[in-house]
Amino acid sequence: MPSISLRVNGKSVRAEVEGRTLLVELLREKLALTGTHVGCDTSQCGACTVHVDGRSVKSCTMLAVEADGREVTTIEGLAGADGKLSPVQAAFAEHHGLQCGFCTPGMVMSATDLVRRNPGATEAQIREWLEGNLCRCTGYHNIVKAVKAAAQAGGK
Amino acid sequence: MAQGGIGSSVKRKEDARFLTGRGTYVDDIVRPGQTHAVFVRSPHAHAKIKAVKTAEALKAPGVVAVLTGADLAADKVGNLPAGWLIHSKDGTPMVEPGHMALVADKVRHVGDQVAVVVAETKDQAREAAALVEVDYEPLPAMVGLAQAIAPGAALVHDQAKANTCYDWHLGDKAATDAAFAKAHKVVTLDLVNNRLIPNAIEPRAAIGEFDRVTGDLTLYTTSQNPHLIRLLLSAFTMGVPEHKLRVVAPDVGGGFGSKIFHYAEEFVTLWAARRIGRPVKWTATRSEAFMSDAHGRDHVTHCELALDKEGRFLGLRERTLANMGAYLSQFAPSVPTYLHATLLAGCYTTPAIYSEVRAVFTNTVPVDAYRGAGRPEATYLIERLVDVAAREMGMDRVDIRRKNLIPKDKFPYQTPVALQYDSGDYQATLDAALKKADWAGFEKRRAEAKARGKLRGIGISTYVEACGIAPSAVVGALGGRVGLWESAHVRVHPTGSITIFTGAHSHGQSHETTFAQLAAEKLGVSTDQVEVVHGDTAKSAFAMGTYGSRSLAVGGTAIVNAIDKIIAKGKKIAAHLLEASEGDVDFKDGKFTVRGTDRAKAFGEVVLAAYIPHKYPANLEPGLEESAVYDPKNFTFPAGCHICEVEIDPDTGVTQVIAFTAVDDVGTVINPMVVEGQVHGGVAQGIGQALLEGAQYDDQGQLLSGSFLGYTMPRAGDLPSYQVGTEVTACTHNPLGVKGVGEVGAIGSPPAVIGAVCDAIGVRHIEMPATPERVWRAIRDAKKA
Ligand code: FES
Ligand code: FES
Repeated sequence: MPSISLRVNGKSVRAEVEGRTLLVELLREKLALTGTHVGCDTSQCGACTVHVDGRSVKSCTMLAVEADGREVTTIEGLAGADGKLSPVQAAFAEHHGLQCGFCTPGMVMSATDLVRRNPGATEAQIREWLEGNLCRCTGYHNIVKAVKAAAQAGGK
Repeated sequence: MAQGGIGSSVKRKEDARFLTGRGTYVDDIVRPGQTHAVFVRSPHAHAKIKAVKTAEALKAPGVVAVLTGADLAADKVGNLPAGWLIHSKDGTPMVEPGHMALVADKVRHVGDQVAVVVAETKDQAREAAALVEVDYEPLPAMVGLAQAIAPGAALVHDQAKANTCYDWHLGDKAATDAAFAKAHKVVTLDLVNNRLIPNAIEPRAAIGEFDRVTGDLTLYTTSQNPHLIRLLLSAFTMGVPEHKLRVVAPDVGGGFGSKIFHYAEEFVTLWAARRIGRPVKWTATRSEAFMSDAHGRDHVTHCELALDKEGRFLGLRERTLANMGAYLSQFAPSVPTYLHATLLAGCYTTPAIYSEVRAVFTNTVPVDAYRGAGRPEATYLIERLVDVAAREMGMDRVDIRRKNLIPKDKFPYQTPVALQYDSGDYQATLDAALKKADWAGFEKRRAEAKARGKLRGIGISTYVEACGIAPSAVVGALGGRVGLWESAHVRVHPTGSITIFTGAHSHGQSHETTFAQLAAEKLGVSTDQVEVVHGDTAKSAFAMGTYGSRSLAVGGTAIVNAIDKIIAKGKKIAAHLLEASEGDVDFKDGKFTVRGTDRAKAFGEVVLAAYIPHKYPANLEPGLEESAVYDPKNFTFPAGCHICEVEIDPDTGVTQVIAFTAVDDVGTVINPMVVEGQVHGGVAQGIGQALLEGAQYDDQGQLLSGSFLGYTMPRAGDLPSYQVGTEVTACTHNPLGVKGVGEVGAIGSPPAVIGAVCDAIGVRHIEMPATPERVWRAIRDAKKA
């Protein structure tokens, strides 16, 4: 089995993985980072979104071996070391951008990437950006509101 | 008002864990020694099973067990029950075929479970599952409703002649026919409530576990009602007494009805765990979810409305074919009957109603309750008829509704179809919605859109629904095989913090916050001092769980009744401490006071005295915790008005929802932020039904819309921001005055959307989902005509 080393949420990690192991499987099953969720098998739902080298990636579409040598951030690594929520996390809580919480890690990771790239994102741009993330609970209204608020707060 | 009490938008207590990835969903749980299950599912819609060969799979690496229907039969377990018995017009009981968790005789839908492979890893189980060889003899697939009831149709179940489960009716046929006979105008309509696939974003999952020492069985499962699952496991599928069974539904990622039911897979993991003596875990792939989660809706209806000269409704009648799918899921028989036909008065004074419903088996996934369950179907039928009536009578769509709404001084209002509405003010929600949506200014917006080459339309629906289910005696009389009360236990700890144990289950509803608000309001404590525990049969008392917008109206009432007992006991203690008579003690804002004096004891002091009873009333037990069980006296009846505005591109038929306004009366509002969120989510599902979603089978019974690629889920870009408001008339029969908000969005919205589409393109009716193709064709046909 190939051995890979990467950084996950700021910590160095070495792991033996099969060639077919997906990044999301590495995170959930080997590293017990179960905040990253799996909602589909066709790369359509976005529940598995994480950051690889700072960019949002659907971790069900990437092999673990492809993450070798790279920097992965999951929802568990987003808040500050002191536990302070990131601006996007805080905005989701403030604006009730989550209900069952299942899509939330992916939404937050995806939205975080957006507000970093485009802090002035309009509602239409936010909706377009979130095209790859399904939520069945919120009807997106409060997610969009939260992302907008985080963007305006200069969220990172 | 207490801090964080009723009416304040308290931020959610559950968010901290969900936002940091610390939620614990079933698939996140790892049990020591756990194995993995993968199901072998039928690729055929209808086929005899001639042989199931497991030898090769058993030899595969890592395989622990391969189990089939024959093993179930040998153990005499695994027959999934229906929870509701409907009688046909002629008095005969519905046809109730068994539903084995692993089928041995024949498969009846694509995805039917034939065998399960248990292995050390998920990959090994998957690989071995591919080695299970099943010999099938394909039979003709009965896919559509018309096909299934046609003469000579192949039978899904031999005992169900003409594939009919029941042929039921409700209402006064003679009175309704008489109303039609004297009508000035009769409007008729054929319509379809399209089949939907619930698609909670968390796929179903289960872990079965067996304790070899005690014989105890534990099931972790994605359920809206762990106690109900335990009951069904005990009484039907496993046959193990409840005290040896524990069912845990931890964080659950959405349900919308689809996680009410007792499914084959959760039973099989538990049964397999007992057989192999190790935990067995199963998590559905999304593709499996599409072909094994109960679907929703799927009614084909012919309906008619009789009107007098002024546009008053005289009578309504309908004939519905309701698709049950291949087997009876637990609530399925009740959905097109008592959750549908009883709502056909809607919010109108229609005096005579007659409904005939024929439930039909087909070779498709079982159909059961999905957000709204029966009421969206009824609302769609009524509101479409009303729109068509307005069009054919040359009346305004608002005027015709206004003329027929039940006036607010007519409550309690007895409908001709069994229900008695306790309260409402339908004109108020209508007026508020018209204003919020600027209905009056619409024509200007239409003209402006036209200048841009777009067809703009507006649609409206006024609806009422029945939820807060339900009075047990009534449910029993209608064929329900369960009681529908709810339990609560409130424990006040010695230093004054509080644990509320509830039988309701939160899978997005925010109970951990809103139920804490009830305690905050009543006891004057901060919500931070209150923890709500749910989802574990080992922790909370038996209760019925969460569906039918019942958690607050039924479960919340149980909680406040338990809190009232706490207060009553606290008064006894306070009276003793304050040397007053109990009758002179009041409790308010967290303080016990002696009326007419300044003597007082804080709640915390009284709590402490209950646990350190040094100075304490004789004949009173120490401690401070109380239980209550609440069986509602009636359903609750949320109502409201939804208005939708769309723009359609005439060249492509693409419909964009531009604005959506919902003004709902859900009774007393505990947390406005949560209520608005519930409406948003429900409306999104309603817009989904109206414009995007629809399960598609081919004529072989293959599910064409079997993934997110083929089934169009509403995405952020498909939906607008919503304008949401509430009007309040209190429910008269529960102490909080609450009605329920979980389903109103999905119930009220589809006809408003379809009404807007019809208005935009000038047609009488268009079927759901109004896809670009359908809309484009409708525009073309209208031009031709
Ligand atoms: S699990 Fe990765 S997109 Fe759905
Ligand atoms: S909050 Fe439940 S799926 Fe988004």
